[in-house]
Amino acid sequence: MSAEVVVNVPVQARLLEKRRESPDTFTLTLESPPSISGGKFFFAPGQFNMLGVPGLGEVPISISGDPANPKKLVHTVRAVGNITEAITATHPGACLTVRGPFGAGWPVDQTRTGSKEIIVVAGGVGLPPLRPAIYHFLANPALYPVVTLLYGARNPLDLVFKRELEQWTKRSRMRVEITVDRAGSSGWLGRVGVVTNLIGQVKFNPDRVTALVCGPEIMLRYTLMELEKRGVGPANIYVSMERNMQCGTRFCGHCQWGPYFICKDGPVFRYDHIKDWFSLQEI
Amino acid sequence: MFEEILVRHPFFHQLNPDQLREIALHCEQLNYETGEYIFKEGKKADRFFLVLHGQVALEIHDPGRGPLIIQTLCDEDLMGWSWLFSPNRWHFDARAVKPTRLLAIEGSWLHEQIEADPKLGYLFMSRVAQIMFDRLQATRLQLMDIYSKEPAQPMRGRKL
Ligand SMILES: Cc1cc2nc3c(=O)[nH]c(=O)nc-3n(C[C@H](O)[C@H](O)[C@H](O)COP(=O)(O)OP(=O)(O)OC[C@H]3O[C@@H](n4cnc5c(N)ncnc54)[C@H](O)[C@@H]3O)c2cc1C
Repeated sequence: MSAEVVVNVPVQARLLEKRRESPDTFTLTLESPPSISGGKFFFAPGQFNMLGVPGLGEVPISISGDPANPKKLVHTVRAVGNITEAITATHPGACLTVRGPFGAGWPVDQTRTGSKEIIVVAGGVGLPPLRPAIYHFLANPALYPVVTLLYGARNPLDLVFKRELEQWTKRSRMRVEITVDRAGSSGWLGRVGVVTNLIGQVKFNPDRVTALVCGPEIMLRYTLMELEKRGVGPANIYVSMERNMQCGTRFCGHCQWGPYFICKDGPVFRYDHIKDWFSLQEI
Repeated sequence: MFEEILVRHPFFHQLNPDQLREIALHCEQLNYETGEYIFKEGKKADRFFLVLHGQVALEIHDPGRGPLIIQTLCDEDLMGWSWLFSPNRWHFDARAVKPTRLLAIEGSWLHEQIEADPKLGYLFMSRVAQIMFDRLQATRLQLMDIYSKEPAQPMRGRKL
């Protein structure tokens, strides 16, 4: 997968489709900019782009589409502040700016042993950065015979990719377990409780499993503890750290984290490489 | 048959075959259809359950909002500790949200056993404490509302 990167100069990409995932989260499908690799935007699962609104600014957003379909550039964005609100308010037909792809992605090549089990643990809008890896695992059953997705969200309304989750649950070979922190009086009949509970409830072989984890940082910490409790070694756990960053090229130093720059060395890290930095509050 | 189930469950590891056989004599298998209540808040609590298959919702009833699910339990989870502690009444409703098979263990009998045999009592209570600890941690995480845009910070001091 050779990627032509647009590192320093943002290019314009037309918004083709906008789909509401939850009250504040949207999936945006952009046309891959024609100027890049003949309209094909190649990326590795877990990489991100700097996505922006012309004249306003740009923010890091993971690519949430299928790496096997480089003609479309898909991102899932939660509106939390100025720029993400402006991005999600953009109408189809208008253009956003794109710079990327950046960063080290999920270990989809290292896990190609054919005998390993994969566990994907996602919390909230931590699922979109994992979706390209899931597509890759599902498209390669011989390489990834056993795949499990554990997904937790705040409440049933906040679950993203609802239709796809249903398809994966009913029609894919992936085991899918979903839980919400609060069911309220929504009529939800699925599980209620934190996503870390699910780790104790699924069967896997800790010596053969590779875990991919993405979500809010507190959820990451508890998930890592739970995986370690189940005997999964830190070298077999990968986490995505979504701290604030600016340049995407290791230049500005905004995202320095211990010896690493999240924009370049991450956002995906092998847990044993960052374990010492993980729970330090002052960095 | 119940003995085999107990042997396989981590909660009962370290119990000797005689103890397991005895406990098995005080077990009963129960089946519930979707929507059926297993126990109700305020009623006498005299046993605890091992979920063999299915899914159970622990609920609290709020007039005006109806039942609010606090937590769900599924295969291999243990459910119900109120029989151990005074006033021995259930604190929540438990309702099957899928067809559910449970193993019910007679609490009052077990209570007598663990009081008479401190070694068994220690083993049993340390297992119970571990489960309660795990559930307390999970509940704390749930309370932190970590997925909200501005996570609640229950530990950050507010002036009293
Ligand atoms: C590598 C990487 C990948 C990301 N992928 C996605 C993605 O796929 N989808 C998505 O919706 N968001 C993603 N984010 C987060 C996104 O970049 C931020 O939400 C965005 O920068 C906020 O900018 P803003 O101007 O809208 O809000 P601001 O006005 O800058 O901030 C609004 C609020 O959001 C909080 N915030 C800002 N940045 C972050 C962050 N990184 N994580 C958590 N809270 C933050 C701020 O503390 C503040 O409370 C990713 C971040 C990184 C570093």
